Amino acid sequence: MKEVELNTTTINFGPQHPAAHGVLRLVVELEGEVVKRAEPHIGLLHRGTEKLIEYKTYLQAVPYFDRLDYVSPMCQEHAFALATENLLGINIPDRAKYIRVIFAEITRILNHLLNIPAYAADIGAVTPFLWCFEEREKLLEFHEAVSGARFHAAYFRPGGVHQDMPEGMEEKLFEHFKTLPKFIDDLESLLTNNRILRQRSVDIGIISKSEAIEWGCSGPVLRSAGIAWDLRRSQPYDAYDQVDFEVPVGKKGDCFDRYLVRIEEMRQSISIINQCLNKIKPGPISIEDNKITPPKRNQMKKSMEALIHHFKLFTEGYRVPAGQVYSAVEAPKGEFGVYLVSDGSSKPYRCKIRAPGFAHLQTLDHLSKGHLMADIAAILGSLDIVFGEIDR
Amino acid sequence: MIKILTKIDGINSVLENNNLLEIEFEKNNIIKIFNELKDSTDFNFNQLLDITAVDYPSREFRFDLIYILQSLTKNKKIILKTFIKENEKIESISNIHKSADWYERECYDLFGIEFINHPDLRRIMTDYNFEGYPLRKDFPLTGHTEVRYDDLEKKVIYEPVKLTQEFRNFDSESPWEGMENKLFGDEKSTGEN
Repeated sequence: MKEVELNTTTINFGPQHPAAHGVLRLVVELEGEVVKRAEPHIGLLHRGTEKLIEYKTYLQAVPYFDRLDYVSPMCQEHAFALATENLLGINIPDRAKYIRVIFAEITRILNHLLNIPAYAADIGAVTPFLWCFEEREKLLEFHEAVSGARFHAAYFRPGGVHQDMPEGMEEKLFEHFKTLPKFIDDLESLLTNNRILRQRSVDIGIISKSEAIEWGCSGPVLRSAGIAWDLRRSQPYDAYDQVDFEVPVGKKGDCFDRYLVRIEEMRQSISIINQCLNKIKPGPISIEDNKITPPKRNQMKKSMEALIHHFKLFTEGYRVPAGQVYSAVEAPKGEFGVYLVSDGSSKPYRCKIRAPGFAHLQTLDHLSKGHLMADIAAILGSLDIVFGEIDR
Repeated sequence: MIKILTKIDGINSVLENNNLLEIEFEKNNIIKIFNELKDSTDFNFNQLLDITAVDYPSREFRFDLIYILQSLTKNKKIILKTFIKENEKIESISNIHKSADWYERECYDLFGIEFINHPDLRRIMTDYNFEGYPLRKDFPLTGHTEVRYDDLEKKVIYEPVKLTQEFRNFDSESPWEGMENKLFGDEKSTGEN
């Protein structure tokens, strides 16, 4: 019998490593410096969100969604709000729809403004990180202005949004998004034609069209492979059917394409926000049924009925008709879905969260095979991994 | 689409609800059904979005096993559902949809549903050496063990959960509805006495 000498080294990467984007433990099998196998161990941030939600009312479940993908909080509340509204069979007012679209797009820019520089930092560029964080801070102020919190907003609630935008907010948004395209140009001037960035990302981690579908990829990862698929376009929700935007696609599906798709998505988001600001009209911001949304504060001072509604809503919550529903939104990372089962009580019977990052991380072994160890950092960065949503 | 779907062997019922098709199928035909749904040009459901389960402890067929599929060309999502008993196994579909690998592992981890012919059925979400299936309804919300760093042993140790306050599951759904014992003074409300 012939003896075969295995010349592989197995190393452990993470769970505490700056390029792991959180708590990822990777067991990598190397032959020299070439990756033979990369096996992610996940679950180090598992908090049992789905179990916790089963013990909370529908309104109490909203803040858990901020804490999943903590880089793009509002988009996830969006999916849960849509699922609950779907079960309740309600249709929210137009102003609420536009506000939701505006803030979902602000969240998308926020997410990409973190992912792009973090990815760049992984492969050697530090300046964009500092630039983007300043820009992020300005956008987070808008989050704070409407909800009182920079990240954990709990702003999109079943039935509409929590409160109206403060006075003069529309003009401020309009002014701000005049300056942002210039910033994106500056960011691109640092990165897009940068020799190091190109060397480290072109032809790295290629995913083909059919593989991207097969592995359940969505969002920028799927689009970078050349498939023009965007839930905002193909299955529009809220006011997305009222706005006009383009879906950027890549050609090769490598890390560089994913970067370019994200840059272009930010530009499209700005255009969507501007269109919404032109179309938005004054009006109610949530449905006016006090069985689902709480009454106004000043009504509660005068009306006994309003007080009772308020008490019932914040103790018992509202009952949701029995049924099941799957609602998905195009979150910045891809298709974020909520599968909700109601048994007719005021708490969800089951709430399954479909996180895009879970499917993307699964492709890591496939994408990194045959690349160098250092490319794993580039691939991880370009997949936009956040452990809050993967581990749930 | 509903008409051709009902013709497939093993599909029991098809319901349309909110632009979403809900399908119940026979679990023995799973491989055939998923192959047909994926390959047939009538459907082209080539993207598996999620696999999950719902636990109903009182039923004989305890779990609803849910598959969510999407067709990019037909722009359609479907939910496939089958019922399985507690210790029953089901055929893995990881040969048909690659993404099923982790989804099935997650299902196994959190519900204890076993998949036959799965390439690597290990726990995925929970801790190494974890016991029990957290998303089953009979698993307590607080769990069974808690961890802390022990300064003497210089390592993290596992202990049974100790709660300083008993776990309270608030049932605030109309506490006065369905109450049988009469309270003092209740007779006044009905006009008795």
